[in-house]
Amino acid sequence: MMNIRYIRPLAAGTLAVALTLAPHWQVGAQKSDSAVPSDPDAQTILHVLNRVGYGPKPGDIERVRMIGLATYIDQQLHPEKIADPAVDAALAEFPTLKMSAEELATKYYRPAEEMRKDQQAKLAKADVKEAKAGDDKMAVAAAQAQLPPEAQKVRQEAASVLQNLTQARIIRAVDSERQLNEVLVDFWFNHFNVYAQKGSVNEYLNVYERDAIRPYVLGSFRDMLGAVAHNPAMLFYLDNYQSADPKAGDRLNPQLAQMEQRLKNPRITPQQREQAMTRIEQAKKNTPKGLNENYARELMELHTLGVDGGYNQKDVQEVARVFTGWTIDQPRGGGSFLFRSAMHDPGNKTVLGQPISGYSGADGMREGERVLDLLAMNPATAHHLAFKLAQRFVSDVPPASLVDRATQVYLSTNGNLREVTRTIITSPEFFSIEAYHSQVKTPLDFAISAARVTGARMSNAAPIVQALRTTLGMPLYGCQPPTGYKTTADAWVNTGALLARMNFGLQLVSNQQRAIRVNTAMLAPDTTSATREKLVDRILAGRISPSTSATLAKAPNPQQLLVLLLGSPEFQQR
Amino acid sequence: MNRRVFLKNGSMAMVALGFAPHFVTNSLLAARARRKVLVTIFQRGAVDGLSMIVPYGEEWYYKTRPSIGIPRPGAANGVVDLDGFFGIHPKMSPLADLFHRNELAIVHACGSPDPTRSHFDAQDYMESGTPGVKSTQDGWLNRYLHAREHADATPFRAVALSQQLPRSLQGTAPALAIAQVGKFGIQGGAQTEMMQAGFESQYAAAADQMLGNSTGSGQTGTGLGRIGVEAFDAVKMMKDAKVGGPYTPANKAEYPRSGFGDAMKQIAQLIKSDLGLEVAFAELGGWDTHVQQGNGTGQLATRLEDFAKGLSAFYTDMGEAMADVVVVTMSEFGRAVTENGNRGTDHGHANAMMIMGGPVKGGKVYGKWPGLAPERRYENRDLAVTTDFRDVFTELVTKHLDAKTTATIFPGFTSNGALGILKA
Repeated sequence: MMNIRYIRPLAAGTLAVALTLAPHWQVGAQKSDSAVPSDPDAQTILHVLNRVGYGPKPGDIERVRMIGLATYIDQQLHPEKIADPAVDAALAEFPTLKMSAEELATKYYRPAEEMRKDQQAKLAKADVKEAKAGDDKMAVAAAQAQLPPEAQKVRQEAASVLQNLTQARIIRAVDSERQLNEVLVDFWFNHFNVYAQKGSVNEYLNVYERDAIRPYVLGSFRDMLGAVAHNPAMLFYLDNYQSADPKAGDRLNPQLAQMEQRLKNPRITPQQREQAMTRIEQAKKNTPKGLNENYARELMELHTLGVDGGYNQKDVQEVARVFTGWTIDQPRGGGSFLFRSAMHDPGNKTVLGQPISGYSGADGMREGERVLDLLAMNPATAHHLAFKLAQRFVSDVPPASLVDRATQVYLSTNGNLREVTRTIITSPEFFSIEAYHSQVKTPLDFAISAARVTGARMSNAAPIVQALRTTLGMPLYGCQPPTGYKTTADAWVNTGALLARMNFGLQLVSNQQRAIRVNTAMLAPDTTSATREKLVDRILAGRISPSTSATLAKAPNPQQLLVLLLGSPEFQQR
Repeated sequence: MNRRVFLKNGSMAMVALGFAPHFVTNSLLAARARRKVLVTIFQRGAVDGLSMIVPYGEEWYYKTRPSIGIPRPGAANGVVDLDGFFGIHPKMSPLADLFHRNELAIVHACGSPDPTRSHFDAQDYMESGTPGVKSTQDGWLNRYLHAREHADATPFRAVALSQQLPRSLQGTAPALAIAQVGKFGIQGGAQTEMMQAGFESQYAAAADQMLGNSTGSGQTGTGLGRIGVEAFDAVKMMKDAKVGGPYTPANKAEYPRSGFGDAMKQIAQLIKSDLGLEVAFAELGGWDTHVQQGNGTGQLATRLEDFAKGLSAFYTDMGEAMADVVVVTMSEFGRAVTENGNRGTDHGHANAMMIMGGPVKGGKVYGKWPGLAPERRYENRDLAVTTDFRDVFTELVTKHLDAKTTATIFPGFTSNGALGILKA
C-alpha cells in the first residue's frame, strides 16, 4: 500500500494485538476464537466501521468504543435484533417495496405490457412520420408525447417500482443501523448479479432482492441459491426460461415437423417456399428452441464452484438438461416461476460424476433441486465463496490461511453464512495491520461513506443514484455482465473516476443538490487547527499524511476543508 | 517500468519545484514521433447491415424485403452504387465518395462465431474480444494497450468520448472516459484553481510514497497516487492545449448536431491538439429497428444520415492528418434477412464493418459473400458470418498499431490471415 507516514504513529495497542495473536493464528485458530481487540484504538474501530459497514457517521467511533467492539460486531451479525426506526419510517413512503409479486404484476406490469402491445400494434398500422431530428431521445420523446396521458401514467407507474427500490437501497446503506446487513445485501446481489436493462428483468428486481437475497445473507447459502434459481429475474437474465429439451418442440408443436418436411419437396415454388419459411419461423418463435446453457454455466462458474471448480463442458450441458422446464409463466408482464414439464428433458444425466435420475412430469423438478444440493455443498463452492467474502472484508488478495479456515467453517456448518462471515470479520487476519487501509472504496462505498461521514440528511437519494449512474460509473442494478461488479481496486482506479469523486464531494458539501444537505457549520465552524484536527479524527480517525494535512491548512474556508478531505487519497481507501 | 521511473522523477521534481513540469515533457515526447491513431465506433443495438451496405445485385434481397428494401441505383431514394453488386444507403452518400477515392473499405458478412442473438451477450463478446467466454474481465483495447506499453505514453493515450469507460477499454491499463472535453477537471467554480492545487499536491505526495516503496509488500498497489497525478496531468495538458475552448473544424467540415457528431468533433480536436491520443472510442445507439424501419427514408435512414455525416465531417476536418488515422465501425450483430410482420427486422447474425483512413486500401468490399438464398443463410434466416470480427481487429492492431502479436489481445484465437484491408 501507500506507506503514508502518519503524523501520529499507529497506536501501540494495534501492534500489541497483532503481536500477541501472531503465534495463535499460525497454528490455526478454532472457529470460536475471536481476535477482536478488547481495548481498540480509533484506527481499529474505523477499520471495522469501514469494512463491516459503509464507514462512520459523526459520533460512531465513540459510540462503538462505548458499547465495545466485540459487542458491536456481534450485534451486526444479528440484524434482526437491531431496531431501525428511522429507516423504517423513510421506507414507509414506498409502498411497492412490500407488495407481492402478484400485486405488482396486477397493479403495474400487466397493464404496462398490455399498453406496450397496444402501442406496437398501432405503430405497425399507421405509417409513423419519420423523426426529423437524428436524435434518439427526441424520437422517443415524440413517441411518448403521442401516448395518451393515461398510457403515460401507466408507464411511469411501472417504472416507479424500480425507482423506489433504488431509493430504498441508498437510504438503507446511508442510514440503516444494520450496516453489515446492507453491505452483505450488496455483496450477495452482486454475486447473483442480474441486469435491470435486459428484457423484463426490471419487473422482477423488487421481489428478487427482497425475497431471494435479503432473507439469506446471514442464513443458509443453499436457501439463497434455491430462491435465486426459482426467481424470474435470474431465469430471464440468464435465459433459462427459454431452455428446453430439443425434442420438446415436437411435443409442443407437432405441425412444425410437417411444415419442415414440405420444404424438402422439390416442386415447391420460390413463393411457396418463402411463405412456408415465414410460417415455420413464426411457429418456431412460439416454440422453445432447445437447450440454452447460459444459466447452467454461470450457476457453476459464478454462483457456486468457481471458474476452476472442476466442471467441464459436458457438465454444463448436463446441468442445462437438468434445468430444462424451469421457466416463467408470462415472462413479460410480471410473471411467476413455472416448472413446465413438457419442456423438460426426462432422460438420465450425470453431473460432476454423480448420476442424476431423470423424471418426467412434475417430478422432473426434483433433478434441479438435487443438483443445487450437490453444488451448494461441494468443497469448491465453499472455497469460492470463502475467498470472495475474505476478499471483500479483508484484502484484495486474501490470506490463504483465512480462506482455508472460512472454507472449513462453511463445510462444517452446512453453508451457514452467518458463521462464515463471523469467522472472517473476527479473524486475526482481519485485524492485522496489513489489512488496514489496504483497499480502495468502490464508487458505491465512496458515495455512501461520504454521505455518512458528513452526517448528510437526505430527503431524496436521487443525487447519489444519478452520480453512480453517470460520473461515478457504477449504476445500481446496472452491471451488465453476470460476473457482477469487481470489488478490487484495479477496476475502479482511473483518472476520470477519481476526478468524478472529487467533484462528487464538492457537490455534496456545497449543497448544490437540495435533496441532500450537509451541515458544514456543525462539522467545521472554522478552519483553525483545532477544528482541522477534530475533523481528521472524525473522518480518518487521525490518520493523515503530511501532504494532505498541509493542503488542509491552506483551505480558506470550512467547505474547502471538507471537500479536500473527501477527495483525499486517504478517504478513497478503507 | 519506464513509465514508473519517469513518473517518479517527474513527481519528485514537482514536489521540489512546487509545480509540475513533466506534463510539458510528456507533450514534447508526444510530438517526437508521428502517432498512429485508431478510432473505434460502436453502433449499439445491432444496425441492419443489409440496409447500410446493400447487396442490390441479389434477387433474394428484394424478395425478402418487399417494404424495407432500398431500391436499386438510379431509382428514387435508391442506393449509391459501390462496385456493381453492393451499394451504400442513399443517406450515406458522403461515404460513397470516400469509397471511390479508395479510402473506405467495407468488410461484409463479418461477425462473431458465437450464435447469440442477445444484444447484451453479443456486445459483451465483441468488446471483451472473447466470443463465448463471459469470464473475461478486461476489454480487447485495454489488452492492446498493455501489449504495446511504451515510455512516451501520455494520459491521453486511450480516450472514450462517453460517460463510462466502454467494456473494450476497461482493464488495468490507464484509459480516460471524457463525456465532454470542456468539463474534464474539477468543477469548483471560483475555487477550482485552489481545489485543484490542493488535490494535486495530495496525490503527488501519495504517488511518491508508493513509488518509494520498493519492497512491493503492499500487493494491492492501488496506484491511487499515480492515477491522481495522471488525472491532473491530463487536466493541465488539456488546459495548456486550450482544448476546452471553442473549436473551429478545418476545411469547412460540418458535424451533425448530435451526440455522435459532438463525439467525433472532440476526437478530431484531441488528435489535433497533439495530446498523445492513440486509441479513441465513440458510440451511438438507436439501431434496434424491430418496427417501421423504413427504407431510403424513414427511421433507420435518419440514424444512418447522422452516422455518415459524423464520419465524413471527421474525415474532412482531419484532412491530411488522416494519413495516420484508421476509423473502424462495428455493431454487435446484424439483422434477419427477411423483414418481419411490423416492417422491421429482428435480430440476426453477420453484419458489415467499415474501415476508413489514409492507411486503408479502400474501394473494395472485403470478405466472402455467402449469399442470401435461404439455404445459404445461417440457421436458414440470417446472413452467415464468413469473416470473424477478430480477423479485422487483428489486422488493425498488428499492421496499423504495430502490436507484435495478438496472443494476449485475443487469447486462444488465431487469425485466418490478414484480409489486406490496409496498405502494406
